[in-house]
Amino acid sequence: MSFLAKYIGQKVKRTEDPRLVKGIGHYVDDIKLADTLHVVILRSQYAHAKIVSINTDAAKTSPGVVAVYTGADVAGKVGFVPCAAALPGLNVPKYPVLADGKVAFVGQPIAAVVATDKYKARDAADLIEVDYDPLDVVTDAEASAQSDSPVIHEEFGTNVAFTHQAGTGDIDSAFAQADKIVKEKLNHQRLAPISMEPRGVLAHYLPGEEQMTLWSSTQIPHLMRTQVAIMLGMAENRLRVITPEVGGGFGCKLNVYSEEALLGWIAMQVHKPVKWIESRRENFQATIHGRAQVGTCEIAVKNDGTLLGLRYNVTADLGAYLQLLTPAIPTLTGLMLSGCYKIPAIQMNCVGVFTNKMSTDAYRGAGRPEATYLVERMMDCVALELKMDPVELRRKNMPKPSEFPFPTATGLFYDSGDYEKALDKALAMADYQKLRAEQAEARKQGRLIGIGVSTYVEICAMGPSIALPAGGWESATVRVEPTGKVTVLTGVSPHGQGEETAFAQIIGDMLGIDMNDVLVIHGDTSIVQYGIGTFGSRGLAVGGAALVKAAEKVVAKAKTLAAHLLQTDEASLTFENGKFVGAPNDKSVSIQEVALAAYIPHNVPEDFEPGLTATHFFEPKNFTFPSGTHICVSEVDRETGDVKILRYIAVDDCGNQINPMIVQGQIHGGIAQGMAQALFEEVVYDENGQLLTGELMDYAVPKAHQLPFFELDHTVTPTDVNPLGAKGVGEAGTIGSTPATANSVIDALAPFGVTHVDLPLRPEKLWKLMNN
Amino acid sequence: MKISLSINGTSYDTDVEPRLLLVHLLRDVAGLTGTHIGCETSICGACTVMINGKTAKSCCVLAVQADGAEVTTIEGMAQDGQLHPVQEAFWEKHGLQCGYCTPGMIMAVCGLLKDNPNPTDDQIRHGIEGNLCRCTGYQNIVEAVKYSAEKLNAQK
Repeated sequence: MSFLAKYIGQKVKRTEDPRLVKGIGHYVDDIKLADTLHVVILRSQYAHAKIVSINTDAAKTSPGVVAVYTGADVAGKVGFVPCAAALPGLNVPKYPVLADGKVAFVGQPIAAVVATDKYKARDAADLIEVDYDPLDVVTDAEASAQSDSPVIHEEFGTNVAFTHQAGTGDIDSAFAQADKIVKEKLNHQRLAPISMEPRGVLAHYLPGEEQMTLWSSTQIPHLMRTQVAIMLGMAENRLRVITPEVGGGFGCKLNVYSEEALLGWIAMQVHKPVKWIESRRENFQATIHGRAQVGTCEIAVKNDGTLLGLRYNVTADLGAYLQLLTPAIPTLTGLMLSGCYKIPAIQMNCVGVFTNKMSTDAYRGAGRPEATYLVERMMDCVALELKMDPVELRRKNMPKPSEFPFPTATGLFYDSGDYEKALDKALAMADYQKLRAEQAEARKQGRLIGIGVSTYVEICAMGPSIALPAGGWESATVRVEPTGKVTVLTGVSPHGQGEETAFAQIIGDMLGIDMNDVLVIHGDTSIVQYGIGTFGSRGLAVGGAALVKAAEKVVAKAKTLAAHLLQTDEASLTFENGKFVGAPNDKSVSIQEVALAAYIPHNVPEDFEPGLTATHFFEPKNFTFPSGTHICVSEVDRETGDVKILRYIAVDDCGNQINPMIVQGQIHGGIAQGMAQALFEEVVYDENGQLLTGELMDYAVPKAHQLPFFELDHTVTPTDVNPLGAKGVGEAGTIGSTPATANSVIDALAPFGVTHVDLPLRPEKLWKLMNN
Repeated sequence: MKISLSINGTSYDTDVEPRLLLVHLLRDVAGLTGTHIGCETSICGACTVMINGKTAKSCCVLAVQADGAEVTTIEGMAQDGQLHPVQEAFWEKHGLQCGYCTPGMIMAVCGLLKDNPNPTDDQIRHGIEGNLCRCTGYQNIVEAVKYSAEKLNAQK
């Protein structure tokens, strides 16, 4: 394929945008069905308690109330919230959609009120009396693993959900041969994904047809259909899941929650459309959180900086129950512990524990930011210990481009990479040596300037089916309509990534047509063939690859017909700019003309199958491994502890770029989220399991003036894993920026002897360090 | 309570509960769903509209407080099928991804540029601090504001 074609590789404006800037797109809450009833969910106020009784009498007679349901109503009728991740010996607690006699986190659903109006539903929810018998609470992950901890799920007799060991190589010998062992304890704080659109569900059941439509703000419409159908005991093909506009996901909508099946079940009881829209408070309490690992990392290193081994003993805070992929997230951390370095021996010992908090699960990066933060933070600790420049330590241990596919001690093969190229480019953009000189000068003047580098590699394009619980392929259909317009049906479910545009660019170039003649349809399980969805930077790298393959099939079929129409043989035909041109007389026929002839098959070869459409299910043979270098320059205010980011440089390599404008946008947003982890954000529960950061007033999502201007450039190292050579870019910014920012701020505090500080690096914490 | 107000130039006479939020009047009574709800605590700004020419967060205004007011929502910005220059700028500069904060952000930018037609980068970043965006890192929104300012100033 050519990548400097009419559309591919160009900064094409997004086709999604006109409806979005006009405010006439439709998110779930914008869909209005006649006679819709509104659902409000009463949630637990306690982190751990037995439910002695629930009195719904007053709520049931409250004005406008149609029904009130509790755990007793759904027990045995609605299945448990599913966990799809399978680990050996995993303890999977039963997770009912409405609590059944017990609650284990603040925000767990207890009752559902159905009313004619959302205000009336909320009034009635306030009238429900729940008699709780509070139990002892455990919120600290490390304490939860101890034998004297209160046990959350008595049936297991322990809070340990699983233990997991990863890595290969002779770790003991690596540490025995080390000149130095550098050790640090690191906490990856709990984060809230905070899509600007909270979750929402609208369910409509037609009893005559025995069919249900479920509109859900999700990243995985097909997987949700399967899971919700199982939970409701209905045939999958009678459930239609529609994903309209989705106002951000970041992994938190890569899940199946209580509310989808609950709303579906209610719709089957009341025979009217029912809608539930999550409030922001509910979103903090009952939409998955991310990160939340605490562990100790040890690095074995030679005095010359050669890395020998890495050991990570970590406790992963899973929360009270297992959501769809909860236990899988720490295993992704284990896969990426080699970073972009040659480390012959790696070992991760992970304990996953229950705590009285909301579940953790996939949040932008999902396990890989934890690995990258860990490795990149440790690189700075090692450099400090060896008195080496942190850049030179990194460079010394990077594999050369000729060493790819590069095998790691975590069992992966990195597809392709040129890590030093991006590093050198970023260093040149930053003028690194000059920066260091300026830093030294500034320190003499009492200014606290820090320079932080992170060189990252991450795992994307999820992925080979063998590695994912529900498979990792993706599907696409390319349908050339009789008039020559092209409809694309994709199994991915974009929610801001712009694939309606990128896929139209690909088809525009591959079929040689105007990209405005392409309509990309996604997120409707009754229209689109089964698909996996959008997460793990897979939309383009797997979904786009399926699209290329489907388009190739269409072109091949069209070519057969074109040869017949031009009365020549296929081998002599070329296809360029939407036309099949035949030798020797250069007669041509357009793909649109071929399409019409395919649908009105009056002049076709013998045994020609009418129509011009093709579907492809693409199975990638490996993950992809995007990489890059981020450099952050910061200044800490000696008086206030406030951090100012002076410069932020990012050189990323996501392979071939279909739309560089969209790529840059993904990186901007990713850096913002990773920087937010470094500087601002943390989900905080108190010792009673009460959520203290329960609103946007308390949880510090960054505002425009708190973020810097990002200086971007890129390198291009294509992958051979898919026909686009694209690696994926959804999570790169998030993964590279947390350690770069943290390293920068900690470097700024070097004059105070500071070698590590846990995130977030808020002014109060830094002020205390400087004034201790 | 009976109230009368104008929304995007159309008059509405309606009887509302005193506690009804303006954003719910806009979305559920007037059917204008471009104004989004992201927090209900006035932090995120997804619900930003213009009331009598000034920006306001409609999740924290009662509908009855808008009695007699002229309200402009995102649906009132494009005229005769032509995008408003600020809408055009967000499209041109890739100032949106998921689009959920976008209507509120565009209204906030209109308010900002009304008060300050030539803002610096720093003034832009502070001027939109009442509106959260989780997708863009704000950089392309800042670019869109600058582009909007140019377009609007050229129209004068």
